Amino acid sequence: MEKIMKGFPLSHVIGFVFSLILTFGAAGIALKTDLSFKVIMWIIGSLAIMQAGIQLFMFMHLREGEDGKTNVLNILYGVFMAVVIVAGSIWVLSSGHAH
Amino acid sequence: MMGIKWNELLITGDPLILGSQIAILLTMIGIVGGITYLKKWRWLWSEWLTTVDHKRIGIMYIIAAVLMFFRGGIDGLMMKAQTARPEMEFLNAQHYNEVFTTHGVIMILFMAMPLLIGIMNVIIPLQIGARDVAFPQLNALSFWLFFSGAMLFNISFVIGGSPDAGWTSYFPLAGKEFSPSIANNYYAIALQIAGIGTLISGINFVVTILKMRTKGMTLMKMPMFTWTSFIASVIIVAAFPILTVALALMTTDRLYGTHFFTVSGGGMDMLWANLFWLWGHPEVYILILPAFGIYSEIFATFSRKSLFGYKSMIFSIVAIAILSMVVWVHHFYTMGSGPAVNSIFSITTMAIAVPTGIKIFNWLFTMRKGRIKMTTPMLWALAFIPCFIIGGVTGVMLGMGAADFQYHNTLFLVAHFHYTIIPGVVFAVFAALYYWWPKMFGFMLNEKIGKWHFWLFVIGFNVTFMPMFFLGLDGAVRRSYTYSVESGFAPLFLLSAIGSAVLALGFAAFCYNIYWSARYADRNISSDPWDARTLEWSTASPVQFYNFAKQPEVTTLDPFWHMKKKNEGLTLKDSEIEEIHMPSNSGLPIFMGAVFSVAGFFLVFEWHIAAVVAAVGIIAGLIIRSFDYDEGYHVKKDEIKKIESTWRNVEGEVHNDVS
Amino acid sequence: MSANVDTTLPLEYQTEQNRLNILGFWIFLGAEIILFATLFGVYGVLYERYAGGPTHKDIFVIKDVMIQTLLLLTSSFTMGLAIFEMRLHNLKRLITWLIITLVLGAGFLFMEINEFIHYVHEGATMQTSAFLSSLFVLLGTHGAHVTLGIGWAIMVIIQLAKRGLTPVTARKTFIIGLYWHFLDVVWIFIFTFVYLKGLVG
Repeated sequence: MEKIMKGFPLSHVIGFVFSLILTFGAAGIALKTDLSFKVIMWIIGSLAIMQAGIQLFMFMHLREGEDGKTNVLNILYGVFMAVVIVAGSIWVLSSGHAH
Repeated sequence: MMGIKWNELLITGDPLILGSQIAILLTMIGIVGGITYLKKWRWLWSEWLTTVDHKRIGIMYIIAAVLMFFRGGIDGLMMKAQTARPEMEFLNAQHYNEVFTTHGVIMILFMAMPLLIGIMNVIIPLQIGARDVAFPQLNALSFWLFFSGAMLFNISFVIGGSPDAGWTSYFPLAGKEFSPSIANNYYAIALQIAGIGTLISGINFVVTILKMRTKGMTLMKMPMFTWTSFIASVIIVAAFPILTVALALMTTDRLYGTHFFTVSGGGMDMLWANLFWLWGHPEVYILILPAFGIYSEIFATFSRKSLFGYKSMIFSIVAIAILSMVVWVHHFYTMGSGPAVNSIFSITTMAIAVPTGIKIFNWLFTMRKGRIKMTTPMLWALAFIPCFIIGGVTGVMLGMGAADFQYHNTLFLVAHFHYTIIPGVVFAVFAALYYWWPKMFGFMLNEKIGKWHFWLFVIGFNVTFMPMFFLGLDGAVRRSYTYSVESGFAPLFLLSAIGSAVLALGFAAFCYNIYWSARYADRNISSDPWDARTLEWSTASPVQFYNFAKQPEVTTLDPFWHMKKKNEGLTLKDSEIEEIHMPSNSGLPIFMGAVFSVAGFFLVFEWHIAAVVAAVGIIAGLIIRSFDYDEGYHVKKDEIKKIESTWRNVEGEVHNDVS
Repeated sequence: MSANVDTTLPLEYQTEQNRLNILGFWIFLGAEIILFATLFGVYGVLYERYAGGPTHKDIFVIKDVMIQTLLLLTSSFTMGLAIFEMRLHNLKRLITWLIITLVLGAGFLFMEINEFIHYVHEGATMQTSAFLSSLFVLLGTHGAHVTLGIGWAIMVIIQLAKRGLTPVTARKTFIIGLYWHFLDVVWIFIFTFVYLKGLVG
């Protein structure tokens, strides 16, 4: 909350530039390289998570205010649930005789 | 709009349903006539329907849920009557399908959960020393959305037809291909509306408990009921969006021809089961955790000791909250996911028995060397332990993937979950109602009738469901409307039916108790009739609308107990009274509930244009809310002084004359 | 509920009710994460079930997807600038950035509607296959959120213009800002796990 008062939105500009780089980087890796599907998915998946982090910390100021810690825990729990739901559903419905 | 088949709108041809239609009509005329005759419309509107007071909202939840208990109970009795003898012809197969479907949905979503949310509403702000919840108007919206969903679901059996695909509504049966009538649309849409209300409640309680605790009440000094409700609310926030999505996909499959769960078009029917139980398993912990909290309060109060193992209790509920999210597959082991999936989920399922066991031992040790008082709430809590253990142990049996192939889809399973949910939730709710009744209404429920209620209900419950374990092991399947003489099931089914009649008598005793106590019970009681431990007992009974004239300060666990022991903080001096800011009533929540009902009803009948028109009302409500700058009002010091003097004695002390 | 005003904090955090609302909205965003995760899970299960209908490669147009992504990314940036100006108590610039954000959002929505029309022309409808059902519902849910966000932001702008910057209007602006950034986060995952994945595989 403090450093924002300077007058130039430095962290926003940095965040924006980074997110552009990450977006075009992901598109380039996915569409212009010959890496295997698995490798590409790991790379662009990681880039997506980094970009989500930029939004959360540099634009949404996740940690600011008296409830900053609560917010972080809340998002971590949401991410845990998201992983359980997505990975769990795909695993359960694609193994054994289920598929 | 053109395709309306008016002759299909009202269900005709069944004498049972015709009787209900007439009864519903007469009841409605009776209620409207009665309120008009007594000139109570204005009072009803301004004191109840537009209220944002958490206590009144809680009481409305409880009233609605008890009515739903009655409806779901009648469904249960009808099933028991039908299976009392082999080859009975009381209900036909279709009617039986409808009855077990509505029984399940109503008992879980419109009875158990709203009863608990009602009790949470009344008690939590009082236990944490707050004046209301974080978002009072949203709280009213939660209630009216729940009520709207419940009413929409309940009219199904007289208008348009009852859902009949089971409370789990598995695909492909619940899809358009196998259930072409509109009946199952009721399931998708009524549950959606009620579910949104529940999600809002969950957010509201999380914020309330995190941010509105009175001075000095750290997280580790919170009463156990507040703790368990907090964790249950966290699970609501984490689980209900899954139901929202599952129901939305069901709706688009049924109404707009998508292929999520269909057999054709690449859809996957087991995806529904997967999503349903991703929500459904956490849902049972949403039910059981607040109930565990209720028992914790009651064991501590009536053993006159503080709760044994407070920290391990919290550790256990947090562990349960996390584990409850990773066990959902144990509801469909037989789907054929293969040994790896079934093994992992067997292990997580059995792991969840550990924190639950810790809690049971904590309750037993709370009673050890306590000075136990055998009041009605305590009786319910005591009966809970052995009954719930039977439910829990049979749950571990079912939790083993390999063994489950034997028990799956039999009455053994039905007996198991009734043995967890009835002692776990229903006993808890009865205990809570006896315990907190004086706080809500200013008089106690009669103890003698209460004991009749208790013994009839507990004996009836065991006689009803114990035989079902053995029927299930003998191979009696669930959801079957009849059985042959040769099966040999007849004696146990008859015993079970007799048990259900006793169970119903127990519920009747409860209703009679409410009637008797409302008429004859002593009104001049202490504000702390049980000599209890937590802050809700430090204020008046029934609680004044602002809860606390002065918000209490807390230094320990069981704060009110210590305040009484040290004789501190029980008085109120005139100089301590300050103006209190309170939120204003609002008609918007009930308006939103009504609009949701109407839009939902049109959508059930697939009258899309009408539904869109009605949905404009929802947008209008949101816009009105956005421009609403009502800041509430202030209660003047004189008014507070006047109200406080009605229940405190001359020195401003807590009124304590136990009659 | 009491006033409990702390003027050392930014406007949107000054009153207790504001702090409650902001935390409540964060919790709501937690629920939204789970809602979208469920839709992603459904898509992940069904994404190769074409039922003889069109596949990803038949219908996706990467150029349009990149434009949509740029529009939404930029709108998230301009929303950040709006909140930045709000904290400098610069009402005019705040409203200007908000309007720019909405124009970008509307551009995104226009592109998305065109995309859907294009798919339908290619014979790819919601009823064609499980893959397309899950694609349309995932994208449609995100698009519906953007639509709602635009309508909501217009309400907030009207209130800002009428009442100026107060703790209440600042809180409302801050919360719509959180919502808007969150929609960008969701889009990043749609971009990666729907479009890019579909074109790689």
